[in-house]
Amino acid sequence: MLGVLKAAARYSRPRAASMARSAAVALLALTFVGSAGAQLNITVVKGVTRPVPMAIVPFGWTGTGPAAYDLAGVVTSDLGGSGRFAPIPVSDMVSKPTTPAQVNYTDWRLLKVDYVVVGTLTEDTPDRFTAVFQLMDVNRGEQILGFRLNAGRGDLRATGHRIADMIFEKLVGVPGVFGTQIAYVSEEKRPDGSKRFRLIVSDADGENAKIVADSPQPLMSPSWSPDARRLAYVSFEGDASQVFVQTLRTGTRERVSARAGVNGSPAFSPDGRLLALTLSQNQGNLDIFTLDLTTQVLRQLTTDAAIDTEAAWSPDGRQIYFLSDRSGGPQIYRVGAEPGARAERVTYEGVYNARPRISPDGKQIAVVYGQNNTYRIGVVTASSGVLDVLTTGRLDESPSYAPNGAQLIYATRDGGRGVLASVTTDGSGIQQEIASVGGDVREPVWGPYPRP
Amino acid sequence: MNSALKVLLVATVFTISGCHKGDTLPDAAATETVSSDTGASTSGSANNTGITVSPLEEERRRMLQNLVVYFDYDQAEIRPEFNALLQAHGQNLAMNPNAQIRLEGHTDERGSREYNIGLGERRAQAVRRVLMLQGATANQLSTVSYGEERPAATGSDEEAWRLNRRVELAYR
Repeated sequence: MLGVLKAAARYSRPRAASMARSAAVALLALTFVGSAGAQLNITVVKGVTRPVPMAIVPFGWTGTGPAAYDLAGVVTSDLGGSGRFAPIPVSDMVSKPTTPAQVNYTDWRLLKVDYVVVGTLTEDTPDRFTAVFQLMDVNRGEQILGFRLNAGRGDLRATGHRIADMIFEKLVGVPGVFGTQIAYVSEEKRPDGSKRFRLIVSDADGENAKIVADSPQPLMSPSWSPDARRLAYVSFEGDASQVFVQTLRTGTRERVSARAGVNGSPAFSPDGRLLALTLSQNQGNLDIFTLDLTTQVLRQLTTDAAIDTEAAWSPDGRQIYFLSDRSGGPQIYRVGAEPGARAERVTYEGVYNARPRISPDGKQIAVVYGQNNTYRIGVVTASSGVLDVLTTGRLDESPSYAPNGAQLIYATRDGGRGVLASVTTDGSGIQQEIASVGGDVREPVWGPYPRP
Repeated sequence: MNSALKVLLVATVFTISGCHKGDTLPDAAATETVSSDTGASTSGSANNTGITVSPLEEERRRMLQNLVVYFDYDQAEIRPEFNALLQAHGQNLAMNPNAQIRLEGHTDERGSREYNIGLGERRAQAVRRVLMLQGATANQLSTVSYGEERPAATGSDEEAWRLNRRVELAYR
């Protein structure tokens, strides 16, 4: 399906005065309309102090009729929405080059942009397109990146994300995540007082939102398979907790756990073979188990009488981090993924550390850090145990790393409404709020890089 | 509403079949004023006009209409003011072997969601244990924890949180 970027970002070019301030606030506001009727607004609450000024020139078009897709629009939304770049409005552009030879560096220096992106989109056949783009360094007066991409009509939006990812990686030094997806839960109250719970998958920018599960009973705890093709989640349909694994492309799902008591907190192992689960069985004591999705073999990893839940795998699949209140309050522990290993405590700072998520490089653990009746997202450095609090909300929860590790998405509140937000993990302090226009949204989980 | 009706029916059965045992209720339970959060309360306290008399069966029937037990933050201990309520329900189950209760554990919205599922389960299990001490059997009791997913009150203040930290007793 051909998506249309409705968006039109309103960019105001940061003025020198505001750029000189310690923080550039609310520079950008982007609106994305999803195909499922769900809509997310992404607002950069706080960008970097000096977002890099750049020009993303509308791509040249060769083909029948109007341009098949506004690739420059997608790239502009992605890079501007990251909070690190300040794309200038098209109306400010003195010229609109589409090839490096047409770029007049003097013009762009006068406009004070550091980089210019030019490109073309060509219709090869009614369903095959070629995109070419170049990234030009205005100060050095030379091209620093250039690629050709071939795509079908249905992949043009993804092509725009791919271009933005490559530019981001060249300029920031870590791969972009514009081509990834997020899953989240929405809750809608209907006029008759009933509720609808939905599990939604969208592009990382909130576009292309699709409802993958819909229930009058709570849905919770979505977890991506490492190949980004399946989601595990908890559903209370039938008035009891059950864990399902659903294939996204087909919508078919398998009920993998509906044992007595709690069935919760599913987490795929890095090789996709095992699902970590929380089960209470008959006695009401929550422990961590692994379930082999092929053989159905269930193995118990923890046996403490405390609440043990919220399993998160280490990137090498050898350890499982989890929450336990065995010391009296919720703290993070880890245990070997093979039965019989002894659990060891990981967090000591503060009285409430919950919902661990491990960074892709294994060096950080994101947690929900509770103190004095506020709950915020903290990051624990694995080697030192030092905790840094990254967010400023009162009821922040459910942190989830972007696959590049540079950003965390989490759930927070805005005026009583459940909204999503993101914050960078590298100290640059970029914050975005991602609000749903209809209903509360929560439990965001960032999907892995799609595998070809 | 439906479950309240069932309680009444069960209580009526109890009245017919076992009212002569009503006098086994401790006097303390008969005269205690229960300040529950449902707004219901029992009568029976003396006033300055003299002595009032409350039929034990009426006390018990009223008690059985209270179907919610509330908890302190991050706690699963039964607060003393709910002992009489749980005693009434436990004895009711013991007297009516066909009666069944589903215990639905809930928490307030604070903290992480799956931990709250654990906390809600722990609360439901705490209620289950008290009911079994009163003579209810395991097959009369089932538990489910909804954590913070099904709040009774909306809002992010102490009052909403107080009303949401609860176990609901649902007669089936």
